[in-house]
Formats: sequence, structure tokens, C-alpha cells
Amino acid sequence: MNPQSVLQAAGPQAHRIETLWWLFVGLLAAIWVVTIVLTILPAARRNPAGLSEPNLGAIVGSATGASVLILIGLTVVSVVAGRGVADADPPADSLVLEVTGSQWWWYVRYRNDDPSRIVVTANEIHIPVGRPVAIRGTSLDVIHSFWVPNLQGKRDLIPGHTTVQWFQADRPGRFRAQCAEFCGLQHANMGMWVVAADPGEFDAWMEKQLAPSREPTDAVQRRGREVFLGSSCAMCHAIGGTPAFGQNGPDLTHLASRLTIAAGTLPNTRDNLAKWVADPQSIKPGTRMPVVQLSIEDRNALAGYLGSLQ
Amino acid sequence: MSAIADPQTQLEDAEREALKWTWRNPAGIWGRLSSVDHKVIGKRYIVTAFVFLLLGGVEALLMRLQLAQPGSSLLGPLRYNQIFTLHGSTMMFLFAVPVMEGMGVYLVPLMLGTRNVAFPRLNAFGYWMYLFGGLLMYIAALTGTISDAGWFAYPPLSGPQYSSGKGVDVWAQMITFTEISAMVVAAELIVTILKMRAPGMTLNRLPLYCWTMLVQSFMVIFAMPAVMVSSTIMILNDRTIGTHFINPAEGGDPLLYQHVFWFFGHPEVYIIFLPALGFVSAIIETHSRRQIFGYPAMVLSLVANAFLAFSLWVHHMFATDIPHVAAAYFTAASMSIAITSGVQIFCWITTLWTGRMRITTAMHFVLGFVFIFVMGGMTGVMLASIPIDLQLHDTFFVVAHFHYVLIGGALFPLFGAFHYWFPKITGRMLDERLGKIAFWILFVGFNLAFFPMHIVGLQGMPRRVYTYLAEMNWGPANLLATVGAAMITIGGIVFIANVIRSRRSGEPAGSDPWQAATLEWRAASPPEDFNFVHLPAVANRTPLWDAPDARMEVTGMRRDRREVLVTSVLDAQPQFRMGLPEPTIWPLLAAVGIGIGLVGSIFVFSWYYVGGILGTIGLLGWFRPRGAREVEP
Repeated sequence: MNPQSVLQAAGPQAHRIETLWWLFVGLLAAIWVVTIVLTILPAARRNPAGLSEPNLGAIVGSATGASVLILIGLTVVSVVAGRGVADADPPADSLVLEVTGSQWWWYVRYRNDDPSRIVVTANEIHIPVGRPVAIRGTSLDVIHSFWVPNLQGKRDLIPGHTTVQWFQADRPGRFRAQCAEFCGLQHANMGMWVVAADPGEFDAWMEKQLAPSREPTDAVQRRGREVFLGSSCAMCHAIGGTPAFGQNGPDLTHLASRLTIAAGTLPNTRDNLAKWVADPQSIKPGTRMPVVQLSIEDRNALAGYLGSLQ
Repeated sequence: MSAIADPQTQLEDAEREALKWTWRNPAGIWGRLSSVDHKVIGKRYIVTAFVFLLLGGVEALLMRLQLAQPGSSLLGPLRYNQIFTLHGSTMMFLFAVPVMEGMGVYLVPLMLGTRNVAFPRLNAFGYWMYLFGGLLMYIAALTGTISDAGWFAYPPLSGPQYSSGKGVDVWAQMITFTEISAMVVAAELIVTILKMRAPGMTLNRLPLYCWTMLVQSFMVIFAMPAVMVSSTIMILNDRTIGTHFINPAEGGDPLLYQHVFWFFGHPEVYIIFLPALGFVSAIIETHSRRQIFGYPAMVLSLVANAFLAFSLWVHHMFATDIPHVAAAYFTAASMSIAITSGVQIFCWITTLWTGRMRITTAMHFVLGFVFIFVMGGMTGVMLASIPIDLQLHDTFFVVAHFHYVLIGGALFPLFGAFHYWFPKITGRMLDERLGKIAFWILFVGFNLAFFPMHIVGLQGMPRRVYTYLAEMNWGPANLLATVGAAMITIGGIVFIANVIRSRRSGEPAGSDPWQAATLEWRAASPPEDFNFVHLPAVANRTPLWDAPDARMEVTGMRRDRREVLVTSVLDAQPQFRMGLPEPTIWPLLAAVGIGIGLVGSIFVFSWYYVGGILGTIGLLGWFRPRGAREVEP
């Protein structure tokens, strides 16, 4: 199994593309086989085929004519499929997400007319099954590309432009997304998870994300929060309900509820959090996250606090 | 030397001696640097390009080693990104285009039955510019100045804000050098093909290979300025003097670059691929012992191919912000180029069926070409479909696709062409047995290396990643691809061994070892400096298949100066005799002067003026009138 496959569609858009793909492959593979057989066969023959030049002309002419018809057919099928996949505006009842690419992570904002119900998160998207989701994408620095193969084709995130695409998940599941436009040193580790859940479950997740961060419950976590607010962490990261509102890095208000850290690079465990804080550059060389000099106790306390931010 | 004192032979010997003296290549290092002989320069292009092919191949192998398993720390992101940038830039700008130009420079005058290209000094100048461009990139690389923004250098990533250092500037200026070189070759080949054909070689008797070079040269002239606009004017100026072509914060737009770059970038593929079609036509014609079926269809599809190639560029940009009505047009155009390529394939197949086929090594590479290239064409049709492309764009599927098209479509025919024309160039045959062994290793290795990439691409593996997570399950296919790359390396070594061995002790070839039909086989192997004792004249498309006594020659050409015959564009009627220039060092000096300016301007803009002054001095020396010898009507 593969978490990021074009051929395991989980929604109508990806499904349509998958069907189109198999049509293309079936037809073109057959043509390829015929071409190769016709090319290799004369090598085994001793005598030239006794065909007159006009006959040859008719053969080449009809092969060309057949190619024209097949290619017109494929163009039409492809453009029709494209209408359903690529160029329709998102339906009015879509859940609208703003995704902003940065070197090398994803900023995600759930639009809402009521400002108090806007959710901001990073590197993970939760969506309800059966409801269209529109992605309005842009970039803060270089060009990135948003791509969840199980759900939809890719769309570039371009500085100075806003690009729109939409998709829908038909079944619950976790689908991996990855940046698909070369964006520098850590292009390889710019991943993200898309979690599709039943609407009830999604609403519950939404409510949780709207809440401010959890208060520390023990001395270690309290120490961790002090470390966070007292060091350079708070310059770049925000934690709702605390004075930290840095915007250069992912929002950490509900960090512990996410599957991974470092944009899909490491499973989100307390150990990995401590490792990541201790030495981000050896895990993701070139990442914008600097090494923050902390004692081992402080680092563990910080990991403990971050790990409690459900 | 003949012992028979037949007057005819005696006369010919005297003529040969006179021509030898007039057309001699000067000796010594200075003399070699002064050479304006198309064969010398063509060989230099080919050998230099092969050195770059080896370098690009080593880079490819390093990338495959890094990707052989998930999470490998062999190279790390910076090195990996530098290496894939170097690999792409080397293969496109320093190998594929120059090697095709070099083959053209060598072969076209011989196939046309003339003694040199129309502008021999410009030809020398072009080679030096190409060499300096390649040296610039690799010397800079050795000092650690390498771009890591990819061979396509998309801004803003390649812009001043996100790529510090001089790597991208070096890359951009390398392109200026090589594109000047390509433009120069294109100009001289167009004039050579249109005005210097053997008398009687009307346009519809032009060998198909020369047609491909003619069409390709026109494409170069229309496509190459676009890349200089994108790399030099946009990227370099944004980086060095603070223009804002691509900076959205100052009203620029990164997509502008993509349009201009791909307006060059897509025709570039056909600039590489069309000459390969010419190789295939020449090899198939000789090996099936009949004319290629459907000559007019072949020529028209070449020309159509060239036009269509300029209307496909947006299919590299389907995932950007393109209005979809426009995008549908580009789908249709992208698909239709399969028709023009298809016509060529159909005509070859018909030729093979109705000819008496000989299976040499060259023919192996041609059959391998059809196998691989047609598969690349099929995946190309898939990628022309917008919905499919939106999934597969920038994945390893695309890497597989264009290696099938470029290695299958250009490198295999080139290897075939090597086996086919090696006897002409060196006078010795390549070993057939070693050649076939190399073919099979390369063929199996190629498919092993690149077929699995289709599959990992479908499994979601993006391009240009230096590593991947183990849980993505991309490991086995990647390992297989690396094994394939190792096999390609071995195949390459067998090929090189064959070249070295055959060059020393291969069987002597004689002037026409394949019983071919076109004029280059009428010259000695290797051709003498003046190509032909008497310029040939032709009455059909396959002059060497005429009875020996039906062969026609031009007489009355002067032998005491470098004289060629100029003929009319359509019907190749003799018009006048033209003197070609003598060898000279000035093209090299002009290239050095202009090169100093181009390299200096990477650091300080005003070096452009220095280059302008030095280049002008070089051109003054180059064009200084030298008495009556060259200008006599």
C-alpha cells in the first residue's frame, strides 16, 4: 500500500482522472505493442514484402488517419474530463481553505464569515467526507505546489497569484500530500497529511481547534511553557491563549493533535519533538528553524509542554 | 600511389596535390587553433560533447546512488540539488544540442558534396564559444560555485533573494555562450544547405538528414533567443543590476519567466530530436537498401513538427494559473505532434517491410530507438491530457517520460549514427560484436533504470527530491532504477572500449563500407581536407546507387584558392564560384575577448563594455581585408 498514490482515488476528481488514465494506458499500450511488432518483424524476414508503392501509400495514409481519429478522441475525452476536474468553480457550499506555502511548510487557514470561528493550523488538513473542499493557494516565497494524489491533481502556489482548486473525499482516510514544485533545499521534506473524517468527527475536531491551548497540568509542563515564552521560540511560533504570536513558523496551539512534525517528516512523538528542537538542522538540513540552545532539562520540559498541546 | 602512368590518373594526382596544398590544415598548436575545416571543428564538437556526456552520466549515477534507498545520507540536499542542476544543464546545453550541431557541421557539407560550410570562421568561433561556456560552468563548479536551482531555474527560487552566491549567474552566462554557439551553427547550416548543394541536388533530392538539420536550424534561430531573454535578461539582470522582471513585490511576475523559458524549452526537445530522426532515416535507407518510403510526407511532417513544437510550451505549465480554454488548445497541439512523429514511424516501418534488411549494430540502435521512443511518445500523449498531467506533472513519471523520449529518441539514434559514420570519420570500422554487446547492455540497462520511474511516479514520488521516507514504499523501484543506471555505465564503458580499440586497430573501412546512397560516402574515409577531388553533381536522391559510369562531376573549379560552388536555392543550378576564407586565429581571439566580457559581467556589469571592446578588436582582425584571394568573383 502506498499513502500517496494516483491510482488509489478517494474522491470523485481523482477517480475521474484514474479512469481516464486507464483508458489512455489501455489504448496506447495496445498501439505501442502493434508498432513494435510491425517494426521487429521485418528483421526476421528474408524477402521484401511484395507491396506496390500505391498500396504502401494507402497503408501509411490509413495509419495516419487512424492516429488522427484516436488523438481527436483522446483530446475530446480529456477536455471533457478536465471540465469536471480542473476548471469548474468550487460549489457554493464548499469548505474554503487558504493554503500558503513557505520554505518548507504549509500554513492553513479555514475561512469563516465569523472571525471567531477561523481555524489556523499547519501541515495537516482535516476535511469532512462528502463535502467539497476548495483550496485557495498562494506562496510567501518561492513557487510550491499543493498535491494530494488520492484526491486531486496538483495546483501551484505562486507568489503574487491565488490559485483555486477543489476536491472532495468520498471515504474517511489519511491521505498524504507533498510539495510538487522544486522549492529549494528541503523540497523533499515538505509533506502534509489530509485527514478525511465523517462530518460529526470533523466538527468535533473543528471545535477542539477553536479552543485556546491547554493549560499546563504539572510542573514540568509549566516549566516547558516558561521556556517556550522565554526563549526565541515565541518569535516565530504562536500558541493561542499565550502571549506567543509569532507568524514565521507553524501555529503550535494544537500541535499534539497532529500526526507529524516538521511538515510530514517525523511522527509526532515526544521523543521526536525533543530531537527536533535539539537539532533541526540535522533532521532537515537548511530548515528555517534555528537551533535554540537549551539545557537538557529545559528541552525535555519544552517537549513535554508541546506534547500536551492537544 | 599508383604505379600505372595512366594520364587520367596522373592528372587526378596533380589535382589532388594542388587541392591538398590549398585546403591544408596548418600544423602546430597555433595552426590547430586556427583551423576552419568543418571536419576538424565538427569532430571537436563531438568529442567535447562526449566528455560532457560522461560528466553528466557520472552526475546521474551519483543521483541514483543517493536515491537507491530511502533516507540515504550519501549526498545531502545541497549536493544533490547542485548535482541535478549540473546534470540537466550539462545534458541539455553542453551535450545534446552541441553534439547534434557537431554531427551536422561534420556531415552536412559532405552530404551536400561541397568542401566546407558557408562561414568557416564563424564555425570556428561557434565552437570556441561553446567550449568556453562549458569550461565556465565546470571550472566554477570545481571552485564550489554551482547553481542548485535546477536546469530550468524557476524564479523566485533562482532570484537574488533565494539563491545567493554566483552559481545561478554562472549558469545563466553558460547558456549565453552555448546559445551563441548554437545560433552560429544554425545560421551557417541554413546558408550551406540552401546555397551550397551539389549541382542537381534540388530541394526534393536533399538527403532527409540534411532536411532535419535545415528545419532544426530554423528552430534554433527562433527558439534560442527566448532562452537568452529568460536567463540573461530576466534572471541575470534581476540578480546583478536589480531589475524586477520576476519579483511580484515590484510588479514582476514569476510566470512570465516560465512562458518565455518554455517557449524555448519545448522546441529545444525537438532541436535535439529532429537530427536524430535524420540519423534514423539515413541508417534505415542504407540498411534496407531502398529509398525511404514517402519522402514528401517525411519532409512535410518534419516541417509541421517544427511549427507545432512552438505551440506546446504551456503543457509544462498546466498546474499554474492558466485559463482552461487556452489550456485545451495546448492539449490538442501537444497531441497532434504525435501525428507528425507517427508519420515518420509509419514511413520507416513501410521502408523496412519492403526493403532487404541488414541487421548491423547501427540497425540494432535504430530498432531500440523505435521500442523506447514510441513508448516515450505514448506517455507524452498521456501527459498532454490536462487531468492526467495535473496528477503526473513534476513526478518521476515525467522523468521516465522524457528520458524515454530523449535517450530513446536522440541518444540511441546517435549511437547508431556513431556506428554508421565512424568508418567515414576515422577510416576504420567499429567492432560489430562489441557494438552489439554494448547495445544489449545499454538497452536492458536503460529500461531497468527508467521503466520503474513510471511506477514510482504513479505512486506519488515527486521529482527533484533528494530523499524520501521509507514508509512511502518507493524503495524497491528506486533500487531497481539504480541497478539499471549501473548497467548503463557498463554499456557505456564497452562502447568507449570499442571506440578506442577500433580507432587503433579496426578493420579499414574504404570509402563506402555500407553501400550507402548519399554523397559523403563518395569522399575518402577519412575525408581529405578538401572532401572531394571533383565536386560531385547529382541527378537523383540516391546518387551512389547509380551505375559508376553514370556518376557526374563538376569540372573547372580553381584549385589554387579555396573555391566552392554556389547554387540556387530550389533547383541547385550552379550560380557562381566563391572563395572561402583561409585558416585564421582571429575567431578564437574574438571568442576570448567576448568571453572575458561575458564572464566578467557575472561579477561587475561594466565588463560587458570590456567584452564589447575586446570582441570588436577580434572582429576587426577577423574581417580585415586580405587582398584578392578571397574576394575574387
